Amino acid sequence: MTLQTWTWILVGITFALYIGIAIWSRASSTKEFYIAGGGVSPLANGLATAADWMSAASFISMAGIISFNGYDGSVYLMGWTGGYVLLALLLAPYLRKFGKFTVPDFIGDRYYSNTARSVAVFCALLVSFTYVAGQMRGVGLVFSRFLEVDINTGVIIGMIIVLFYAVLGGMKGITYTQVAQYCVLIFAFMVPAIFISIQMTGNPIPQLGFGGMDENGVYLLDKLDGLHRDLGFAAYTSGSKSTLDVFFITAALMVGTAGLPHVIVRFFTVKKVSDARKSAGWALLFITVLYTAAPALAVFTRTNLIETVSNQKYDELPSWFNNWEHTGLISFEDKNNDGKIQYVGDAAKNELTVDRDIMVLATPEIAHLPNWVIALVAAGGLAAALSTAAGLLLVISASVSHDLIKKMIKPDISEKGELIAARLSAIVAVCVAGYFGINPPDFVAATVALAFGLAAASFFPAIILGIFSKKMNKEGAIAGMLVGILLMLFYMTKFKFDWFGGGTKEDWWFGISPEGFGTVAMMANFVVSIIISKFTPNPPEEVQEIVENIRIPSNVGIAQNH
Amino acid sequence: MSTNMLKKYWKTNLKYLAILLSIWFVVSYGFGILLVDELNTIRLGGFKLGFWFAQQGSMYVFVILIFVYIRLMNALDKKYNLDD
Repeated sequence: MTLQTWTWILVGITFALYIGIAIWSRASSTKEFYIAGGGVSPLANGLATAADWMSAASFISMAGIISFNGYDGSVYLMGWTGGYVLLALLLAPYLRKFGKFTVPDFIGDRYYSNTARSVAVFCALLVSFTYVAGQMRGVGLVFSRFLEVDINTGVIIGMIIVLFYAVLGGMKGITYTQVAQYCVLIFAFMVPAIFISIQMTGNPIPQLGFGGMDENGVYLLDKLDGLHRDLGFAAYTSGSKSTLDVFFITAALMVGTAGLPHVIVRFFTVKKVSDARKSAGWALLFITVLYTAAPALAVFTRTNLIETVSNQKYDELPSWFNNWEHTGLISFEDKNNDGKIQYVGDAAKNELTVDRDIMVLATPEIAHLPNWVIALVAAGGLAAALSTAAGLLLVISASVSHDLIKKMIKPDISEKGELIAARLSAIVAVCVAGYFGINPPDFVAATVALAFGLAAASFFPAIILGIFSKKMNKEGAIAGMLVGILLMLFYMTKFKFDWFGGGTKEDWWFGISPEGFGTVAMMANFVVSIIISKFTPNPPEEVQEIVENIRIPSNVGIAQNH
Repeated sequence: MSTNMLKKYWKTNLKYLAILLSIWFVVSYGFGILLVDELNTIRLGGFKLGFWFAQQGSMYVFVILIFVYIRLMNALDKKYNLDD
């Protein structure tokens, strides 16, 4: 069968599955719409969280980024997994005990202030919209490469599917489709990784093949370091970023992960506190399967790519090279007119440009894997993008219908009215996301780092202090969040968009890149919050009791018992 | 449940957090970043050790840390009769 036929079949089957689940799990109350009724099992929630978390970036781009950056790519691996330790130990159990629907719910109630709630809603919307635009774009890309439809048609098909199950099923529909999507995406990622690991090292487990030998008994990593040295690239296993910057970027990604509303809200869907802890454990386990295979895949594809193209005659290259040349993701310019490809570190002599996104998508072709495996990768990429998009859309719709309308504008709205509002805002959110998918603002890539930085600089300190410090008051929290966000926005726009006089790498404060600056902004938030709270009145007695109460897993609240 | 007991429960929880988060810090920021060059002089099969911690080891330890925390807290909840 041809690749096209396989792709249509696999994408068709998976989409039918998602729609089937959506019809079976319609939401009939706001509790079902926002938190799936609060009765999801820890295992199912772990699977759903893993799919929710792993986006088009994790599935399509991450292995490629690592492939081109070697050791420096570690920031994503440690950053995007280490945050789950913070979530499991410092946030999830307590937020579950608090037991509301959204993150702004917690901020607003804990800091007894609608100003705090509004700041939280603003951050949640900003972070989620930034993210969702990238997902829709990912959907469009996969459609256009594998099904040869127009990129915009691809985005619209994706919108309709997400619209269907997010609007109909709310969190309940999203949760169970995400469980299915995790299975699809992990299978799609691991099958080619296992195949290529066997081909290159004889070991079926990519995580071990990563440290294995090739047929000549040379360790793969040593061989790759050698190839890099010969071609004038930086050594693969040691990076080129400064240690300080690697430290700060990793921290910003970890803390940002733990502060992302669409991840946090997943822990509201389980029945009890111990289930929240358990589902964080399951989630990280399922994420780690992909995250430990990705750097292995990165090494396999990097070695493969160099060996296939370096110093080879352009006319004799395999057919995948031409296929991808058509998409513009790989290009060759014969600078010295010798008909051979010089792929070297020196930019003046280098003749090959490779887009990082190609590495995962083209791997099966480079390794001559069967057509059904290539089609599977397409279905996996779609599962990753759609599951994340749906989770984000739910955060957006809940922020509008619950935090803005129910909690601030019209508190007397009926349950039915709120449910309608939630569905309407989900529809609007899908349309806005689709618009950005079709007309991507050129700052999308730059703002992904901003999303993590903002989450790190705003939510993380406010939530942590809200749980671990009884004396933290609204003045401290609001001032801290504002300072954190504004500082982050300032640094980001200054160095990414050239506002406020702009600046280059040499002007970075302490040599910290905008990607790592979230850590600095987070620390500023902590410091400001703590200082301001020392000079302003303590929070009211009943708020301090809330804090006592969320620290205890059972319903035996201190208030009734002492 | 007396206030005193709850204080003790919370203190034990904080102690667990301090120990587990120290390990979390050491394997990622310590072994994977700050000490990576020193550890890279040691080999673990085909890997340089520091590189392995940055791209494999730290993640395995993260998973183990969460499951250890789950066990510790379940036992603690039981001891104080707070399991839900």
